[in-house]
Amino acid sequence: MLQAENLECVRGDRRLFSNLNFVLRPGEFLQLTGPNGSGKTSLLRMICGLLAPSRGEIRWEGANIHSLREEYSTVISYLGHRTAIKDELSGLENLRVSSALDGTEIRDTAARDILRTMGLGGRELLPVRLLSEGQKRRVALARLAVCNTRLWLLDEVLSSLDLTAVALVLSLIEDHLGNGGMAVVSTHQEINLSAGSFQRLELAS
Amino acid sequence: MTASPSTLTMFRWMVRRDLILAWRRRADVLSTVFFFVIVVSLFPLSIGPETQLLRSIAPGVVWVAALLASMLSLGRLFANDYQDGTLEQMLLTPQPLYLIVLAKVLASWLVAGVPLALIAPVLGVQFGLSQDTLLILTVSLMLGTPVLSLIGSIGAALTLGLRGGGVLIAILVLPLYIPVLVFGAGAVDASIIGVSPQANLSLLGAVLAIALVFSPWATSAALRISLE
Repeated sequence: MLQAENLECVRGDRRLFSNLNFVLRPGEFLQLTGPNGSGKTSLLRMICGLLAPSRGEIRWEGANIHSLREEYSTVISYLGHRTAIKDELSGLENLRVSSALDGTEIRDTAARDILRTMGLGGRELLPVRLLSEGQKRRVALARLAVCNTRLWLLDEVLSSLDLTAVALVLSLIEDHLGNGGMAVVSTHQEINLSAGSFQRLELAS
Repeated sequence: MTASPSTLTMFRWMVRRDLILAWRRRADVLSTVFFFVIVVSLFPLSIGPETQLLRSIAPGVVWVAALLASMLSLGRLFANDYQDGTLEQMLLTPQPLYLIVLAKVLASWLVAGVPLALIAPVLGVQFGLSQDTLLILTVSLMLGTPVLSLIGSIGAALTLGLRGGGVLIAILVLPLYIPVLVFGAGAVDASIIGVSPQANLSLLGAVLAIALVFSPWATSAALRISLE
């Protein structure tokens, strides 16, 4: 269970949000919406532990995430604007490296299968710089199919994806929620999930 | 810190990834080696064939050139990973950041440090160094260049994302390189005048051992600050 209590975010001399509370239980989905600059990315970075809240705290299973440290890292998967994809590496290499970083080694054939289901069949060995923006994002999202973390934190992952890819990502999220996972996703798009329970948090400007 | 199988997997893949990346951007690696070759070669060309003088300045020249050449690759150590978000992912993995840093430094030493040590004896011939001295030169560089990579990684992490970071790295890191320079050049010097270089090499090894323990730790702390 993820709990945020009384969160406040100050960037520079602007207060982006304050008094923010939410609770996320297994199988629940939280959509973050709000205008540009309202603090969606900052909130997600806080939930990862990359950014310390100026007030309030975030708890995982009752314990402050900053006291859990590496234990908490085994629980979350974060995918940000910057997708951590290397242009010089192929999709296959990118996927295998990112999952090795998560601590799981996947075989060449398994990685190819995942990339094929992400709609990148036949392009596994191309350097990623030759792929389109949407295809790059598909490579980044392939990581979600490998990881077995419980909390997914996805920042604007649906941008530059076509309809089939969006459906693909949503089905990944549905499976994840169905298995008792949780997801916090910031997006401007309307999301309709057939599994899990849905919450929406709107950040004001 | 336990070396679980997943940690070993991560370590192997990080080194492998950085080596693949270095191979695909080989111009960067070659420019470091080329810089080293050119700087070292400028001295015999400008001083002329005075064997005695050349022989006495050789250790200092080669070592200073190695220091400067290793500075060239430092800016790239974390910058690319920082820009594309990989560094954030590294901080968020359950793997110890200490080992991730160590893997990156090892890879960067393999592509930027080892070539310098291997090519140094060829350059040493221009200074009229004897075979024994050339061997000591290589050994001292093999011991010294990993220290340069390790200490340099602290500077690279501290200046991450700063404008004009390149100059700042030099100011931060070059003073810390002094012990390596003194012992490294000292070992070669000793061998030229016919004294045993063992004391200097041992001290160089000691510096390496200390750097190996402390600098990845300092670098990890600096990376966490840079990404705050």
